[in-house]
Amino acid sequence: METLAAILIGLLAGSGALLLLRGGLFRILLGLALLAQAANLLVFTAAGLGRGDTAIIAEGSETLPADHPDPLAQALVLTAIVISFGSLAFCLVLLKKTRARIGAAGVPALANTES
Amino acid sequence: MMESALVALPVILPLGLALVAWMGRRSPVVSRSILIAGTALILAAAVALFLAVRAAGGPLRLDLGGWERPVGITFKVDLLSALLVVVSATVAFAGALFAAGEIGRLLWAKGYGTFSFLLFTGIHGAFLTNDLFNLFVWFEVMLMSSFAMLVLGRRRHVFEGATQYVVINMVSSFFFLTGLGILYGKTGHLNLEEVAARLVASGSDPVILSSATLLLIAFGIKAGVFPLYFWLPPAYPNTGYATAAVFGGLLTKVGVYALFRVFGGAFGFLSGYTSGIFLLVGVATMIAGVLGAASQFHVRRILSFHIVSQIGYILLGLGLMTQGAIAAALFYTVHHIFVKTNLFLAAGAIASTGRTEDLAKLGGLLKATPLLAILFLIPALSLGGIPPLSGFFAKFLLIREAMREEAWIVTAIALLVGVVTLFSMTKIWSEAFWKDSPRKGGPLSLCRRSLLLLPVAFLGLLTLLIGLFPGSLISLADEAARQLLATNPATLSTSP
Repeated sequence: METLAAILIGLLAGSGALLLLRGGLFRILLGLALLAQAANLLVFTAAGLGRGDTAIIAEGSETLPADHPDPLAQALVLTAIVISFGSLAFCLVLLKKTRARIGAAGVPALANTES
Repeated sequence: MMESALVALPVILPLGLALVAWMGRRSPVVSRSILIAGTALILAAAVALFLAVRAAGGPLRLDLGGWERPVGITFKVDLLSALLVVVSATVAFAGALFAAGEIGRLLWAKGYGTFSFLLFTGIHGAFLTNDLFNLFVWFEVMLMSSFAMLVLGRRRHVFEGATQYVVINMVSSFFFLTGLGILYGKTGHLNLEEVAARLVASGSDPVILSSATLLLIAFGIKAGVFPLYFWLPPAYPNTGYATAAVFGGLLTKVGVYALFRVFGGAFGFLSGYTSGIFLLVGVATMIAGVLGAASQFHVRRILSFHIVSQIGYILLGLGLMTQGAIAAALFYTVHHIFVKTNLFLAAGAIASTGRTEDLAKLGGLLKATPLLAILFLIPALSLGGIPPLSGFFAKFLLIREAMREEAWIVTAIALLVGVVTLFSMTKIWSEAFWKDSPRKGGPLSLCRRSLLLLPVAFLGLLTLLIGLFPGSLISLADEAARQLLATNPATLSTSP
């Protein structure tokens, strides 16, 4: 299960990086979204994957069962998703504004820093 | 109880003031007063916290929500954090004074004050927290407000730079999140002290090394080190003057702080692996920044490249990794934040007087505003390392430590870069102040904008004071370095 997740994370991050480097408004946005998903999935996987179950400690016991995935990591991912979604929304508006100001050429011309 | 309230104050205060500023945003007069009075209040809180930390003789802690470590999020304020919060609040105050003279009705109404306060909420949170994920969240708070402030004025050239800035920072967040995810998977903790305690047992395992490398890249992007600095020079020079001054002085230094906190503290035992990287990157950053500046002819673009080159100096401290070197780097950081903010504010005053930032079109400012000429000279000479200003002691301490460690190449390059820095500053001086104005009628007078000179004079005075009485800051930096290095697991395991 973890191997599968690792391959998926690699695919997401790889395609995200590729899209970012290709440039262009839509590709940059998509690239950032994929990178964010890769990071979220990685945090999720790093704390261990397990069968779906609620993270509530059963009556009479003190802790979760030993093989239960760490619920804190899931809380972290939840926060990270909110943050990345917010940044992405801002980025979308900014890229659209940039395109409106300096034309479609302005967005992929990220290498041009001397203007 | 009193102390724990003090710990939270530098974060809670700006957060509350952000709301107050939003309610008063319609009136420029009210907005100005809120920003100036608010930052003065934050500065007072920061100084109170600093004094409490000094009196306590060790770090102060606050467990948020009463959840004790290692379960909850902990704020831990050692001397390094307290010192930087005071410095940052001082910059906030100077920036507020300048913004009061610069910012117009439209920008206040769009929430300039609110975003300023939110920016400082994020910066102070990042300085105070002792939890890696919490640091990530504060970084995001800081970045989001900086994104907004960058484009608020909608100046002509700001958009290209802002696009790069936003995209590269989102990529940096990706590196940060993966790095801390891996670390959490390995150690099961995010609290830096708990992480450090676990790392002693695990040693330099490849998983920890990969996590360290990811965090290194993430903080490196934010600090603007070679080869990850390319976003900085296009982003800063085109935004508002007060905004650029606060960004130029503080934002990259938050990245530098994170490098010190993590690689001087919890990951300090990896210094065999990281110190070579820091020395190499530091030297490359110094050279790349200073050469980039030498080729520029736009005042704030020159200054932006100098941010990069100065970051290189600071990184040498982490490369050498002795207590003296870390202390020298911390002294350098404090000096650099004041001086760089001051130069950017002076550049703002130059640009408002001469109505341009192009050195070829500027001129005659020495006659027009001799006061500005003197006020520019103080931070400019300090940046170049002329005694008895603060920059001299910063460079002296760092280079002395490099010579002690017999890093001769580093020493030579550090000295050489200092000379080229001075060349850039004389270029601004002779083009903007000394030569006659190339336009008929000469530059406009500062009259209405004399308010702009107040913060420049205030920061210049601080630079002079540090230069004339360096002893107390040196001993402070030394104690802060000792406290930082004490969190290194390598020293934890050797000392009982």
